[in-house]
Amino acid sequence: MRADARARSAHRRLLAGLLLAACFAAGAQTAPLVGKKAPEFTRKDFSGARIDLAGFRGKVVLLDFWATWCASCQVEMPTFVQWQRDYGPRGLQVIGISMDDDPALARRLAAKLRLNYPVAMGDEKLGELYGGVLGLPLTYLIGRDGKLRARFQGEADLKTIEKQLTVLLAEP
Amino acid sequence: MKLSLVRIAGTIAILIVLSTTHTRIHAQFGWGAPPPESAASIPTAQLLQPEELNRLMHVQGANKPLVLQVGSHMLFAQSHIAGSEYAGAGSQPEGLNQLQAKVAPLSRKSFIVLYCGCCPWSRCPNVEPSFKLLHDLGFSNVKVLYIANNLGTDWVDKGYPVESGR
Repeated sequence: MRADARARSAHRRLLAGLLLAACFAAGAQTAPLVGKKAPEFTRKDFSGARIDLAGFRGKVVLLDFWATWCASCQVEMPTFVQWQRDYGPRGLQVIGISMDDDPALARRLAAKLRLNYPVAMGDEKLGELYGGVLGLPLTYLIGRDGKLRARFQGEADLKTIEKQLTVLLAEP
Repeated sequence: MKLSLVRIAGTIAILIVLSTTHTRIHAQFGWGAPPPESAASIPTAQLLQPEELNRLMHVQGANKPLVLQVGSHMLFAQSHIAGSEYAGAGSQPEGLNQLQAKVAPLSRKSFIVLYCGCCPWSRCPNVEPSFKLLHDLGFSNVKVLYIANNLGTDWVDKGYPVESGR
């Protein structure tokens, strides 16, 4: 009897896992890192404040790799500003990582777009930590548990990202 | 008379189309950023597919091209086509100066392949200005690697040879 209950519970957990995986597979690309703990990093943002990814544990993090030469990135960024405003109170934290070669260009664009979230410069080491940033835009969603939950490479459908974001925000 | 009217109407129609296109581009980049140069304007005959470049990289002699990356140096440092060299970002004036200096000692008949892979093809701001510069300098054997999505998807993930470092 106890064995039956255990089997039913395991079955339910498996079904829930499959359901969640199917939901995320609908829009996000799969990547070896997804499902694993997000690689930790610390950086100084453009205001001089320290960004420590570990410090955002308990929040849902949208990690956006962008650059000033990336037209698609600049289409997405105003929406990320809006999401930070709308979903910030529910636990969203957007973090921008510029992959520009020239920090001055990135600072200028961040000011022009009035980004309301921390932005720091990236480098090849950070890119490699995240599986290689070999094309932009690249967006990761990190769950409240600190695990990478989805990866979007290229021009992703913002509605799909938002849908997955709200699923993560609803998790305890 | 009729012909003149047709010509005037045609000119007005072209002006309207150009004006609405400009408005659409600026609406997309709300903050008024200049639209990127379009890689789509490069003639199809000048494009090279990844599998073809991979084959050419293994040949010896004059048929082996000089392969130049004309995009982000940071992306180049993470991963680039094995044997390729960095030549400056084509979307920046200083990048084009770097490319010009790089090709200055070469024969105008040199076989050169340009690539970037920063973004989806139609969004790449780097390859078109670089291609145009080489064309204007008189290089007659220049091809551009067609990268539909990005270098990761269209070259690295396919198992073609790569190197890292600046």
